[in-house]
Amino acid sequence: MSSSPSLRPPVVRVDALRWLRENLFSGPINTALTLVALYLLWRFVPPVLGWLFFDATWQGSSRADCHPGGACWIFIGQRFGQFLYGFYPAEERWRVNLAALSIILLAVPLFFSRLPQRRRWAIGYFLFTPVLVWWLLYGAGILGLPTVSTDQWGGLMLTLVIAAVGIAGALPLGILLALGRRSQLPAIKIVCITFIEFWRGVPLITVLFMSSVMLPLFLPEQMSIDKLVRALIAVILFEAAYLAEVVRGGLQAIPKGQYEAAHALGLSYWQSMGLVILPQALRLVIPGIVNTFIALFKDTSLVIIIGLADFFTTVHRATVAPEWLGFSTEGYVFAAFVYFLFCFGMSRYSIALEKRLARSEKR
Amino acid sequence: MELMEETLTRLESHKTQEVMILMEHVNKWYHDFHVLKDIDLTVMAGERIVICGPSGSGKSTLIRCINRLEAHQRGRIVVDGIELTEDVKAIDAIRREVGMVFQHFNLFPHLTVLENCTLAPIWVKKMPKKEAEALALQYLQRVRIADQAHKYPGQLSGGQQQRVAIARALCMKPKIMLFDEPTSALDPEMVKEVLDTMIELAAEGMTMLCVTHEMGFARTVADRVIFMDRGEIVEQAPPEEFFLHPKEERTRRFLGQILHH
Ligand SMILES: Nc1ncnc2c1ncn2[C@@H]1O[C@H](COP(=O)(O)OP(=O)(O)OP(=O)(O)O)[C@@H](O)[C@H]1O
Ligand SMILES: [Mg+2]
Repeated sequence: MSSSPSLRPPVVRVDALRWLRENLFSGPINTALTLVALYLLWRFVPPVLGWLFFDATWQGSSRADCHPGGACWIFIGQRFGQFLYGFYPAEERWRVNLAALSIILLAVPLFFSRLPQRRRWAIGYFLFTPVLVWWLLYGAGILGLPTVSTDQWGGLMLTLVIAAVGIAGALPLGILLALGRRSQLPAIKIVCITFIEFWRGVPLITVLFMSSVMLPLFLPEQMSIDKLVRALIAVILFEAAYLAEVVRGGLQAIPKGQYEAAHALGLSYWQSMGLVILPQALRLVIPGIVNTFIALFKDTSLVIIIGLADFFTTVHRATVAPEWLGFSTEGYVFAAFVYFLFCFGMSRYSIALEKRLARSEKR
Repeated sequence: MELMEETLTRLESHKTQEVMILMEHVNKWYHDFHVLKDIDLTVMAGERIVICGPSGSGKSTLIRCINRLEAHQRGRIVVDGIELTEDVKAIDAIRREVGMVFQHFNLFPHLTVLENCTLAPIWVKKMPKKEAEALALQYLQRVRIADQAHKYPGQLSGGQQQRVAIARALCMKPKIMLFDEPTSALDPEMVKEVLDTMIELAAEGMTMLCVTHEMGFARTVADRVIFMDRGEIVEQAPPEEFFLHPKEERTRRFLGQILHH
């Protein structure tokens, strides 16, 4: 060792001019590209910001208050309730809020890894919350809550219901399918492969369409399945097939020695999978799983095909209603913004989760 | 000569003891490749057996048949009175009695050292968590690694990981321990710490089957050395006899190769 232990690493002085020269003006082509980029930014960013914020109308109560030249956010404000709840009756909307609140608040303990009863809480949460939320939203007359039929559900609330049920249903099913596809038992293997390949081979829009047009043909006349339930089942089955392949990728990356060690210790098949293999495999494929979740979230807008009015459809319908005709840009920009918030949120959460898991193993 | 006598008395004492592992005419094929050819082997309780032989001779396959990581197709394997069949209950019962240590440790990287050790006692033996942790710490202490209990396997050296793997297997209180080249993936300076742990285990009277080419270990610990070649048990003898007066030509050739390295 030639360097003494007290020696510090050399401090690199960040020189702004040098950074510019090295990164943006390192040659004639780079210089030209930089100038073009600067010109484009100068040309487009100020007008967009102006339209979105500085020249936009924020206050008022009707389209008469909108100034020309900027966005008119009054439109969004006026229709906000409808965007959130669809045609859910106004006097019952507290139920949706309470459902959302309980989903969030009851989940808080899950984020404290030190909590001793965390596993039990998680099981309780995933069993109990769906029932509570279903009761709050649907009512069914139980404990005096009047029924709000699913025809009246809509807007962001409906989008979130489909996405949440889709994710919560598709992930476990996808995991089972992935395990089944690797099963030693030929019957199980063939069933899983057929299932996965079938659902991957048809577009979601076809699945939704078939669920509303074809399914009733096969069912006895008096038996009708709720439209929303049909959509939920379609989304779950469809996305589970994708997730199965993502999870299978993770399973294949786990070395054979892990299975052997688990078996040699006497763990059963399900114990080996649940305690040893899946925790490692799922960790490896978090990016792929979240990718599928994000796609699923955006795909929910396809339920318009069977006449459900999710968030996007609600916004779209508001832009073609006579009183706000001509404000479709505001509507679509707002819709894009909301979708982006949720998708970006999922993406950030998955990155944070990966970092936390990597840190805990310090590999 | 004295050593010889000691070994003989040891073998003598086994006669009154129970048979731990019985293999009769065991045959195994990988597709049409005959890996194990008519293996006959009896292991008494407390016996220490070292298995050696050239690469590909079927050593790993042999010991992996004992806890059913591989299935044999012909013959009989009886472990601690339980016959290995397709019956899942029998397989589970045998795996509870048999601990295994692998060449590449196969620790669970997502669990801490302590969790690696408590996993099977908690889930297979339904032991309360507190009790399992106390037990695990006791065994980790014995392999001198208790201070690392809350680290993850990836943070330990190879020798430390292999000692954790031994402790993990011991936590199930097995009657038999199988070792498949436990030191051959280790850097030379770590081999000794693992061998020392195994020697201690042998001194406590554990029934051990160990695939290894550590001939020093075989000399000090083994009751019997088994030489395998091309799926057959070619020769078996107490270590002195095995190393000094091998009977078979194949054994001599193998020993010549391995001892002159
Ligand atoms: N899953 C398998 N499928 C087909 N052939 C296999 C399989 N596992 C092992 N073999 C073959 O069986 C033979 C015996 O393998 P085994 O691993 O038991 O040898 P070994 O004596 O432990 O060798 P080594 O010293 O290299 O570990 C080898 O020729 C190997 O190629
Ligand atoms: Mg081997």
